[in-house]
Amino acid sequence: MEAVRLQAIALLGVVERNSYLVKRYGWWELAFFVWTVANTLTIVFIAEGVEAGGGRLDVERQTTILLIGAVIWSYLGIVFEILTETVAWERWEGTIEYTFMAPLSRAVHLLGMGAFAVIYGVLRTAALFAVVALFFGLDFPEANFATALLLLAVASISFVGLGMITAVLPLISPEKGAQLGFIAQGLLLVVSGVYYPVEVMPQWMEWLATISPATYALEGIRAAILDGASPGAVWGDLWPLLSLGILSIPLGLAVFRAGERYAKRHGKLKRAG
Amino acid sequence: MSAVQVFELRKEFSRRTAEGRTRIAALDSVSFTVARGECVAMLGQNGSGKSTLVRVLATLLLHDGGSAHVFGHDVAREERAVRRLVNRVSVEASFFKRLSAAENLAYAARFYGFAPAATRTRIPEILERVGFPVARAGAPMEDLSRGMQQKVALARALLTSPTLLLLDEPTTGLDPRSKREVQAFVMEVRRTHDTTTLLCTHDMTEAETLADRVGILERGRLLALEAPDELKRRYGTSSLEEAFLVATGRAFDDEEVA
Repeated sequence: MEAVRLQAIALLGVVERNSYLVKRYGWWELAFFVWTVANTLTIVFIAEGVEAGGGRLDVERQTTILLIGAVIWSYLGIVFEILTETVAWERWEGTIEYTFMAPLSRAVHLLGMGAFAVIYGVLRTAALFAVVALFFGLDFPEANFATALLLLAVASISFVGLGMITAVLPLISPEKGAQLGFIAQGLLLVVSGVYYPVEVMPQWMEWLATISPATYALEGIRAAILDGASPGAVWGDLWPLLSLGILSIPLGLAVFRAGERYAKRHGKLKRAG
Repeated sequence: MSAVQVFELRKEFSRRTAEGRTRIAALDSVSFTVARGECVAMLGQNGSGKSTLVRVLATLLLHDGGSAHVFGHDVAREERAVRRLVNRVSVEASFFKRLSAAENLAYAARFYGFAPAATRTRIPEILERVGFPVARAGAPMEDLSRGMQQKVALARALLTSPTLLLLDEPTTGLDPRSKREVQAFVMEVRRTHDTTTLLCTHDMTEAETLADRVGILERGRLLALEAPDELKRRYGTSSLEEAFLVATGRAFDDEEVA
């Protein structure tokens, strides 16, 4: 019981430190948020652009589909970025050896980063969703936001597991590892139907879509917001998400531990840069 | 039981040279023990293996051969048990630069089981003990002098009451006053706590002042480990610097070319 209490305090420490960093870099946070809004607008305007070019489509529905894709892209980016910072930021600050020689389990360390990433990611993407929806004057008369949040919460388990895998990359490649996280995020979303139905992709990409948690998150959240789907109605998306989540966390931890051992064997923890 | 027991410890790194990849021994069959409560200093030039030794004991590096135990716990197989006993102060006072001293210390303390209620009182106490002005505990680390930052680094290590304190050139780069303050504090900790200290340093005077025994590391090999006076007697010299020169065959500031 005492061991559990100590690990819970350690987990709190990881979340607390990240919140201090958000506070200290407040203006940067605002700047990145503005950038994310601008980036999302460039995508969501596409629906109106197609109509202006003579295309026939339900603009409001298509705008919402694009908005959900952009918001999930942003959310996944936040989760991967924060988990990648487990190593990258601490290496840059030079604190990594102090954190890695502390008696907290690596699982608690990574789950602490994951917990913060989910809390922070949900708040930021909710703000992004609200700002862009207001901008386009979208209303969602059928929306079931509770189902959407449930899907996001379950999808987050898989996203955190995959983020743990990307978190190890800066340990293996101090110079380029963090950027590889963005590549992983892009590859995941391109096969997941982020702005288009997965059916338009070649068959081999469609197969990849079936093992990507983002596919089910996007499908389910679109059904919840556009058609007001209940949790029961999106069970076909929920169970694959749960299954992938159960697999991805142990996989993420195992990959991270292997990377940590590699770094300790080759003296790569101490390198700064 | 010894506080530290190192036997035939070996650590190699792969380096790229003109001839291709070669293995270079950072630690070459190093054996020694440190008794509980003792302070042992390791002298050596850059690249002699001092920091590698500290990192192996701190569970930050996996060794290739031999063994290392901290209070009977194997550093490779019982990492968590070792980590509860060890803390470290290194040459770089590594912190989140935008966070304050108090925030950095709280972050470190949580990993050792200190809840917010405990750190609210403990952090100001420990900062006061190391001579850090508590009124500045909320200032970002990047606004503090190097000497002040190193005091916070000492506070971070002592906050967790380590049984084994690893000091890796803790006073390098400090001005004379800060250096004396840090050394005085290390001595006070030895007097008042049940702390064993392994000090790696370039500074002969520091080693002689703080340590019960002094070791000479040269290219990963431990050439000698004795009390300062015995070391001088053994090499027939009147100072540690001369003893180092005789033992290694080169001057202390004659740096290894990496």
